[in-house]
Amino acid sequence: MKDNETYTSLQLTGLVILRILIGWHLLYEGIAKLLNPYWSSTGFLSESKWILSGFSEWVISNPGILNVVDFVNIWGLIAIGTGLIVGLFTRTAAISGAILLFAYYLNNPPLIGLEYMMPAEGSYLIINKTLIEAVALFVLAIFPTGSSVGLDFFIVRLKKLTRKETK
Amino acid sequence: MTKDKGQKPGEKKNLPEKSKISRRTIIKALAGLPVLGFFAYKVLEKNSYDQNKKNMVLEELGIDQSETPDERKGKTRKNGDLIRVGIIGYGNRSHALARGLGFIHPEDAEDKKRDDTITDWLSQDNLNVALTGICDVFDMHAFRGMTTARNELQPGGGAGVNLPVKRYRHYSEMLESNEIDAVVIATPEHHHAQITIDAVQAGKHVYCEKSFIRTEDELYQAYNVVKNSNIVFQLGHQITKNVIFQKARDIIDKNILGKISLIETTTNRNTASGAWIRHLDINGNPKPGDEKTIDWDQWLGSRPKVPFSIDRYYNWTKWFDYGTGLIGQLFTHEFDAVNQLLRIGIPKSVVSLGGIYYWKDNREIPDVLQCIFDYPDRDLTLMYSASLASSRQRGRVFMGHDASMELGGTLNITVDGDSTRFREKIADGIIDPSHPMFSYNPGSGKIDAVTSATEKYYASRGLTYTYMGGRPVDVTHLHIKEWIDCIRNGGETTANIERTFEEGVASMMAHKSYIEKRRVEWDPVKGKIV
Repeated sequence: MKDNETYTSLQLTGLVILRILIGWHLLYEGIAKLLNPYWSSTGFLSESKWILSGFSEWVISNPGILNVVDFVNIWGLIAIGTGLIVGLFTRTAAISGAILLFAYYLNNPPLIGLEYMMPAEGSYLIINKTLIEAVALFVLAIFPTGSSVGLDFFIVRLKKLTRKETK
Repeated sequence: MTKDKGQKPGEKKNLPEKSKISRRTIIKALAGLPVLGFFAYKVLEKNSYDQNKKNMVLEELGIDQSETPDERKGKTRKNGDLIRVGIIGYGNRSHALARGLGFIHPEDAEDKKRDDTITDWLSQDNLNVALTGICDVFDMHAFRGMTTARNELQPGGGAGVNLPVKRYRHYSEMLESNEIDAVVIATPEHHHAQITIDAVQAGKHVYCEKSFIRTEDELYQAYNVVKNSNIVFQLGHQITKNVIFQKARDIIDKNILGKISLIETTTNRNTASGAWIRHLDINGNPKPGDEKTIDWDQWLGSRPKVPFSIDRYYNWTKWFDYGTGLIGQLFTHEFDAVNQLLRIGIPKSVVSLGGIYYWKDNREIPDVLQCIFDYPDRDLTLMYSASLASSRQRGRVFMGHDASMELGGTLNITVDGDSTRFREKIADGIIDPSHPMFSYNPGSGKIDAVTSATEKYYASRGLTYTYMGGRPVDVTHLHIKEWIDCIRNGGETTANIERTFEEGVASMMAHKSYIEKRRVEWDPVKGKIV
């Protein structure tokens, strides 16, 4: 894996900006849901088409499971968003974010023949912004920046120190 | 992240001493924190902006912003003496009525356990009533009622009282019994008025399902009997117990809509069950019941003698002999919602038009029907537009000069683009007339355990569940509770005999207009429809 030291400072800046912007977006998605007492993933899941529609129906019909899904969504988004912004557990955050976004994509992919109740705000064919964001996070997981611009720096140091002491 | 593979270059740099990390490196590592701070600041700013905008609108409207409180709290009255209730007519509707009273069939309870709604039911108030009598002409229905009455699972923890449950073959036997204090009438419509009259004369309190009317004479007679008695009467229109309705009343009281000159109410159904074809089960086989198990003579009552018919038994709404179709079954709910809010009373004139345009079976009742109720003294018209052949959603809308209010499962207020009162706010961009300015949906995000299209129809009209303190509460239960509370402590029920009479006359006028194909009027001096 490449580390920050092998990036030029322009490359590093670019990657960090991308990381922070996506983090901001996900964090606000989480906070907005948290602040809305009426939010539930029901609306989204009931619109689910394609391979995950069966799973979504099962979630909606089980109030207990639905609560778990809502909780994981809200706090998952908040944790991932915060992680990306401050660079803490950056790679875990990036990978979990990519998986979460990919799951959103699989529930509502703009495939030919799938019709949705809510009109999209743009025009999409197979590829939409959710998928692009998921892939962007995957790229950020491959090109980590947290250990130089982020709190991961301290974790790395801590590990190093303890390793040295045990030697 | 922490695998050592990736750390080598950094290690080189920081190797000499841990204290020698440059300030620059530390600052770089902390670079995300100010972003997080900025984020928090912006979230707060956005929140207060949203809140301010909302407050400005709500202040303008003078709407109480607090969540609607749990009406039941603080109002809980001493249970007092046990009230012994009998149910006359134990068909489909009675399951819901029994649940509202605090009794559930074991199979029903199992279903509720499966979809996790049993706790909502169990947290319902225990009304301290005993279900001591069941009367039904059909053995199977009567047995179902008996099993329900005997079930020990009750809200508020376990059976309070274990009184014997008796099956009555004829309702008059139940009325004669001194083991019954009050009756719930849930028979087909053609029995409602007569059983009510007999029950009141026997001194029993009455909760009667809608609708009350089949003929004018029956209506006047029942009105006089109930009015001149001391019994507590409640008609089965439960919408006023929905918190949404209470919000709507607040909005009407504050005159937010401006002058209301048109109210549109609708029925939008498009299924066989919705069109009262209900004699077949899910597999298309006829439902149970024959001449041996159904007392057909008693079922017909005063109606013309016809041979037993499973079609008539289950689908009686289709014939004018047993009711008034759409008007009695569905318009009465609409009228009650409007009348409870605006107290419009009896219209001056009514015109109805319609026909059998889709369900061309053996029915007499129209499946597409438009009724116009005119109130020149109130400067308003009430419209009822019904279709049993299209489920295109049309709401129940109160149209005022300044705003319109849609009252259903949710409540939406939309300001009129040409409103006088809100002109400045619209010009300033504070109010957007293209979107509802105020939406009230206490149950949003919650899932209703409603399944069939007919159930969904009732839910969309606010007739099934309301939400109090975040929990779904059955509005039928609240409506029955009001009746029981009034029996114990006195007071007036919401759907009392005066409202019932107004609704009855308005419905009778619409029915008469349809049958006689003419405009009918109410003569307040003679107290008659002319």
